[in-house]
Amino acid sequence: MDRILAVLKKEFLQIRRDRMTLGIVLMIPLIQLLLFGYAIQTEVKHIPTTVFDQSLSAQSRDMLEAFTASGYFDVTMTADSYDVVTHNIDSGQAKVGIIFPPDFAHNLKRGTSAQVQVIVDASDSLLANQAIATANSIGLIKSQQILVQKMPSRQLPYDIRVRPWYNPDGITAYFMVPAILGIVVTMTMVILTSVAIVRERERGTLEQLLVTPIKPLELMIGKILPYIAMGYIQITVALLVGVLVFHVPIRGSLLQLYLLTLFFITASLGLGLMISNIAKNQMQAFQMSFFVMLPSILLSGFMFPRAAMPRFIYYLSDIIPLTYYLDIIRGIILKGIGFEYLIGQVTALLVFSIFFLVISTLKFKKKIV
Amino acid sequence: MIRVSKVSKRFKVVSAVQKADLHVQKGDIMGLLGPDGAGKTTLLRMICGLITPDEGEILLMGKPLEQLDKYRDELGYMPQRFSLYGDLTVMENIFFFGSMYRLDRSVIKQRADEILDITNLIPFKNRLADQLSGGMKQKLSLTCALITRPSLLILDEPTYGVDPESRKEFWKILYDLNRSGMTLLITTPYMDEAELCTKVAFISEGKIRLVSSPADLKKSFSYPVMQINLKTRRPINLHDLPGILDVSYMGSKVHVIVRDREQGHTEIQNYLLRNRIADATIQEVLPTMEDIFVGLAEGGAERWNMP
Ligand SMILES: Nc1ncnc2c1ncn2[C@@H]1O[C@H](COP(=O)(O)OP(=O)(O)OP(=O)(O)O)[C@@H](O)[C@H]1O
Ligand SMILES: [Mg+2]
Repeated sequence: MDRILAVLKKEFLQIRRDRMTLGIVLMIPLIQLLLFGYAIQTEVKHIPTTVFDQSLSAQSRDMLEAFTASGYFDVTMTADSYDVVTHNIDSGQAKVGIIFPPDFAHNLKRGTSAQVQVIVDASDSLLANQAIATANSIGLIKSQQILVQKMPSRQLPYDIRVRPWYNPDGITAYFMVPAILGIVVTMTMVILTSVAIVRERERGTLEQLLVTPIKPLELMIGKILPYIAMGYIQITVALLVGVLVFHVPIRGSLLQLYLLTLFFITASLGLGLMISNIAKNQMQAFQMSFFVMLPSILLSGFMFPRAAMPRFIYYLSDIIPLTYYLDIIRGIILKGIGFEYLIGQVTALLVFSIFFLVISTLKFKKKIV
Repeated sequence: MIRVSKVSKRFKVVSAVQKADLHVQKGDIMGLLGPDGAGKTTLLRMICGLITPDEGEILLMGKPLEQLDKYRDELGYMPQRFSLYGDLTVMENIFFFGSMYRLDRSVIKQRADEILDITNLIPFKNRLADQLSGGMKQKLSLTCALITRPSLLILDEPTYGVDPESRKEFWKILYDLNRSGMTLLITTPYMDEAELCTKVAFISEGKIRLVSSPADLKKSFSYPVMQINLKTRRPINLHDLPGILDVSYMGSKVHVIVRDREQGHTEIQNYLLRNRIADATIQEVLPTMEDIFVGLAEGGAERWNMP
């Protein structure tokens, strides 16, 4: 115990004097969140749109109104021929073209289906998807309105009402900020501890330490503990940014979030420590951390929903600590759920922590070579 | 104190230590001498339990190394490379290593003050180790190695790169420690320091060539050593003369190891005449450790009439 404390104190002194590490710990969550957060927040809205209205009727104006009111389409240019529409899109001045045929109003009145042509520049697939989806749903809504007007007595045959829970406005930042927080924490924790042992090996300081009676487990624990504090500093900075800048609502208990985060921090630190005990030098440690972090980010459900993953990848993502933490942090922040729903995830993280610590301790030999 | 029997260690292609035998008795100052890469550090590390030998046995204080954990505080080790934390201060380093041995803060403080006083490091107590001079670093390193008051102290080139004045101080400390009963095993590249050891062991290419005391070594050296005293320094090239085994230059003195006293003397005299060097004198001297070392590194142990 007293030896663990001595190692802990030494690490704290070293961290305190290492401006670089402190800077990384504080700045990374700040920068990452702001960068990612803002990038993600620019949901594809206000798409420059060119309109060729051959109908020039109250009905076409009404439809166009629905398009602009959605907020997704900004009519920046009107056109008076197909060629102009094509030109506007080719030149990139407009991303979407809306064309009302001359018989639009006529068809509507007759009760046959009235076509609106929407041309989308699909070279930006994200934008295209959004534009297509929005245009489709606008069409659907308008059709329903007309149907209801025509047959006021009858109910619609289907009435599917989608109610987005937890994030009713579909604000991406709400979903992403907690995830980025998890990534930032695991990334810095792994990178910082991945050099913890191998740096001492490289600098030669391990040689003096190894002739003392210190036990591997004491060294491992003493090395990990100070970084838990670093992890909490990061979480706090990141949460502050999330709440103050992106107005992410924290629906669940902040206390529980902090408590459960501990297991994620220890799992990340353990992973870093294990790398540090395997790597031959600091360079290797960096490469290995990178090698581990990449799948974490890709497969944890941060980028792609896990439900859509092929079976093998899905199982692979089961052995990534971040996967479980995303459940925890999104659950507490967005859903407001508590520990009772997250026991499985917490257990998994606990198992990871112990596993990494045990491997590190076993791998660490009190030898130079 | 230390008994090394038939110990070997290979690193891939290099045989760093081969079948080494070494016996260090209580109260010895054993100097382990040898050229770069001879295997000194590897041998010391094996004795400290930092490297597992491929074969052979090492006993420390009569006990096998497997039980080292029980008596680590009896062993002080000062590695060749500075191994303390550069970003900790002098006192922080001492407290850290002291607490690794579960020593009380007050005990550490008292012992540290004692040693720092001897080593004149008191004014630098709060300086970061990285900002100490080379000699001061070595003294700090020694302080940490001594914090448990070990009965055996192993030092790997502790005075390398340190100025002569500090080297003298350092050796004075080592002598005092030895007088108080501490056994020392030390490596050094400086031959004048080898003379200060009570025993020396020569190692080259991983093999221990010979173990003896400096005095016995000199007595049993089988070849005469001629010293040429030059008034003015000038280039002298005696290597190609017949009957000359080794030449070493020490400022205005040249040591020549010759096969035969008379023949060597004549050869040198003729050389001096041929080259019109008039202000030089020749005398026979006792070999220095330098002569012995050079001879050993080149010719092996057969130059001695060891019993
Ligand atoms: N960890 C290692 N891995 C591979 N080879 C090594 C290792 N340590 C030492 N060697 C090799 O073993 C041989 C002996 O090295 P060692 O460091 O013991 O010599 P030394 O006598 O201490 O030399 P020096 O005077 O330069 O300190 C050298 O050839 C060295 O290159
Ligand atoms: Mg060495």
